[in-house]
Amino acid sequence: MMDPQVKTIDQAEYESAPVGESYLASVWRRFKRHKLGMVSLGLFLLLLVLAILAPVLSPYDPNAIVGGFGQPPSRDFLLGTDLSGRDVLSRLLHASRISLVAGVLVTLLSTTVGVSLGLISGFFGSWVDSVIMRFTDMVMSFPYMLLVLMFAAIFEPGLWSIILILGLVNWPGVARLVRGNVLSLRETPFIKRTQVQGLPGRQILFGEILPNTIAPILVHATSVMAFAILDEAALSFLAMGVQPPTASLGNMLGDAKSLTILTDKPWLWLPSGLVIVILVMAINFIGDALRDAVDPTSSRS
Amino acid sequence: MRTKGILRYILKRLLIAIPVLLGITFLDFLIMNLAGNPLAMLMGPRVSQGAVEARALELGLDQPLLIRYGVWLGQVLQGNLGYSIKSFEPVAGMIRQQLGPTLMLMGSSLVLSLLIAIPAGIYSAVKQYSVGDYIIVGFSFLSISVPSFFLALVFIYLFSSQLGWLPSSGMYTLGSDRAWADVAKHMIMPVLVMTASLVGNNIRYIRSGMLEILQANYLRTAKAKGIGQTKVIGKHAFRNALITIVTVIGMQIPMLFGGSIIIEQVFAWPGLGLMTMSAILARDYPVIMGTALLAAVVVQLANLVTDIVYVLIDPTISLE
Repeated sequence: MMDPQVKTIDQAEYESAPVGESYLASVWRRFKRHKLGMVSLGLFLLLLVLAILAPVLSPYDPNAIVGGFGQPPSRDFLLGTDLSGRDVLSRLLHASRISLVAGVLVTLLSTTVGVSLGLISGFFGSWVDSVIMRFTDMVMSFPYMLLVLMFAAIFEPGLWSIILILGLVNWPGVARLVRGNVLSLRETPFIKRTQVQGLPGRQILFGEILPNTIAPILVHATSVMAFAILDEAALSFLAMGVQPPTASLGNMLGDAKSLTILTDKPWLWLPSGLVIVILVMAINFIGDALRDAVDPTSSRS
Repeated sequence: MRTKGILRYILKRLLIAIPVLLGITFLDFLIMNLAGNPLAMLMGPRVSQGAVEARALELGLDQPLLIRYGVWLGQVLQGNLGYSIKSFEPVAGMIRQQLGPTLMLMGSSLVLSLLIAIPAGIYSAVKQYSVGDYIIVGFSFLSISVPSFFLALVFIYLFSSQLGWLPSSGMYTLGSDRAWADVAKHMIMPVLVMTASLVGNNIRYIRSGMLEILQANYLRTAKAKGIGQTKVIGKHAFRNALITIVTVIGMQIPMLFGGSIIIEQVFAWPGLGLMTMSAILARDYPVIMGTALLAAVVVQLANLVTDIVYVLIDPTISLE
């Protein structure tokens, strides 16, 4: 006999869910229960606001020479000045802006490419599918950094070429994910029904299949964004990315490659490194919480 | 029966790898040629236009793209991979020289990261939701979020500048007799940084693979029969966890190539990554093509070996 007082997890889940709640609303409700996820979301939004308001918040023009060369933090310059006498705090705020722009646009671009190719591949099948998937395999078996660096050598280095390059090499994961989802959804009774009802293919694809794939795409997009921010920083660090005088989190670190700066002036490189770590970690935790919220049956992984 | 099947499977996969490699190298070639004329780097006030044109003719740069690709393929088949535009050395020889240091770095980092990740991942899965699990998972998140070049700078700051324990760059101390202890000392920081950036992903994959196994029905049966936790994990679960570990190794290999480019740059480690980076900057395309080919072959081989090991470990995997 079951104790009537004891509820199984399924029952609790069922009773707390409002009737007629949309799928995305239920994902959000489960996401809110994830403490670390919520803290990370708050942190991410804070960094986002700081980056958006950078021109207002910065005490100085990020590219103007306003103080002595390489001075340690003081009341006038909270994070000191760099070797050209520019304010490090102002540069840091503008640099986070660049990194976030790169992260968001790369994610949008690669997700758009990946989703389109995945939908086409999964829905049309046959030779279209094989051609797209073989191409995906090929892109995936490139050593990623080598490909990116080769592209970086072609284009004039800069923010926009970085976004284009990273956007165009980061799509295979999304494409595979979407294709897999389309394939499994295509066989479900409710899609079969729409087919029998004579709904046109385009409408099935965009009206029925795509909305049911959005949540996993979102989870994947967070990891693409984390990678994009790390890769932009790496490329700018190697001087193949965002070019000076524009500040990016990566090229600020790149300036510290000399041992003397590294040793004597930690305020020049430590803050931008820490911002990258905090930003990327917040995004990764959000992704993790989202994964749990999307698929409540899966265990934390 | 099965052995014969496996051999046929390997042969089939090797045959499939050939068009893939041709596709990858052709794409590389196309990209390199879009990158511009390598001779643009030679131009200067002391080099006459005529000399540059003569050099272009000598290198066959006046030929159409497809013919040049064909010539390059011919050189691959001869085994010398063409000649560097900058140093005139045969590319195969250059790669052979630089391969050792890179393999040392990659190999030790991969092994070390697995030595940490396998016990950590298994512990984390077995004691899910314990304090230890949270610490390990938190650590793995930190590992995937810290850029390797930043960690490298922090290490150099701590261990070279502040404590003075370890050398900050290179492979040998200048003027030393290249003793292995000296090399080992130079290796510590690059290997630790590379390991730190690999270990997070390894832990996450091994942990989730292990969790899946622990929830499987056959393990529940084994536990219900009362054969004890240690035996359950050691005997039944680990065999299946091997598949996860093989997958992780297969996935890391392309990542190792990328990671080594950045880490060799920071630590001035004289390996393939450093060579590739300077070749990219100088548009020395025979050298870039050489490393790209090597990388593509290694990645294809890693995929193949992964799939073969799958087939050997798990007899239920179909060979079709």
